Amino acid sequence: MPKPKIATCSLAGCFGCHMSVLDIDERILKLAELVEFDKSPINDIKNFTGECLVGLIEGGCCNSENVEVLRSFRKNCKILISVGECAIMGGLPSMRNGIPLKECLDEAYLNGPSVVDGQIPNDPELPLILDRVYPCHEVVKIDYFLPGCPPRADLIWNALVALLTGQPADLPYEVIKYD
Amino acid sequence: MSDKLGFTIDGKECEADKGRSILEAAADNGVYIPHLCFMKKLRPVGSCRVCTIKANGRNAAACTTPLADGMVIENNTDELNDLRRAIIEMLFAEGNHFCPSCERSGSCELQALAYRLNIMAPRFPYMFPLRKLDATHKSIFIDGNRCIQCGRCVRAASELDGKEILGFIGRGGKVRVKASSTRGLAGVDISPNDECVKACPVGSIIVKETAYRVPIGQRQYDATPIGADVESGKA
Repeated sequence: MPKPKIATCSLAGCFGCHMSVLDIDERILKLAELVEFDKSPINDIKNFTGECLVGLIEGGCCNSENVEVLRSFRKNCKILISVGECAIMGGLPSMRNGIPLKECLDEAYLNGPSVVDGQIPNDPELPLILDRVYPCHEVVKIDYFLPGCPPRADLIWNALVALLTGQPADLPYEVIKYD
Repeated sequence: MSDKLGFTIDGKECEADKGRSILEAAADNGVYIPHLCFMKKLRPVGSCRVCTIKANGRNAAACTTPLADGMVIENNTDELNDLRRAIIEMLFAEGNHFCPSCERSGSCELQALAYRLNIMAPRFPYMFPLRKLDATHKSIFIDGNRCIQCGRCVRAASELDGKEILGFIGRGGKVRVKASSTRGLAGVDISPNDECVKACPVGSIIVKETAYRVPIGQRQYDATPIGADVESGKA
């Protein structure tokens, strides 16, 4: 039987959750025995090569590209997992959510103290920024949530092993934290 | 007649003094009933409903309901815990609770209850309200983003500090804690040692220049769930 595939992506995140995936240390060799990595910044595969079992999503949706990537993950992955506070609740980027978008852009690109001859970026190459940052489960169906900033490596490891082996997850009190 | 009342919680035979609330009587017997707006030394108001139990089959707030002889109390059941979970999730969704950047993270009662109740993500959509910060005082600030309107600071100021310096303004979903001065906190007699400052269960009332002193892993609720002190009889 071919090994199940796993894909990962970072949307509006800081890559801290991916660092936490790497923080499982030498267990990554065991993980490589259980799964094959598909589209992911870890191996730099840019496109899906086929149906994946698990998709790990880091970060929320702050622009149109994030939404597109998230939707392609939903399409290509059987199980989607929101990893970390940004994917679950928007995190740090969503601190702009109470403020109108125009005010945010004006502050960053026109009125900021260090801005000289500012202009709001409007190149067709750039993905459009959304009115606010959206948690992933408000855009597509998400199957599981692993909280933390970043989630503890043990949480990611225990959850993945449980999912891949069909065993109940062992999640001790210490590993589930929101920071 | 004996001054003790007999009752059961989740089938456990218990005994407590007359005049105790269900919440206190349970604690006397080493049973923790999750709660948030209740605080020892303060008059209970029963506003958050996290301590909802079933007394003789009927839902009641354990902090405001007096214990009666022979009461049959349900506490740690799937139904009640899911109700509590829903309340905590609503509080998370209603405010701006950015745990990763909060000074109280690790020793926050709201967060600790979420940990204890195994909340991985709220079932309700986040509201991302625009809330104000009162940083007018030289050593204390109030962050409305993290306030859950439990009223513990308001009650502590009045009942323990004897100072009417904090109060609620607005109604319904718009109710907010405010200092009773047009100049904000700077205009009232408040100091870092006041009970009203210590009463905040979340990161809303913060003493400046005291944050992040305890390393991650050693904070109040990092390794021990909230209520463990009650359950081990150390509270």
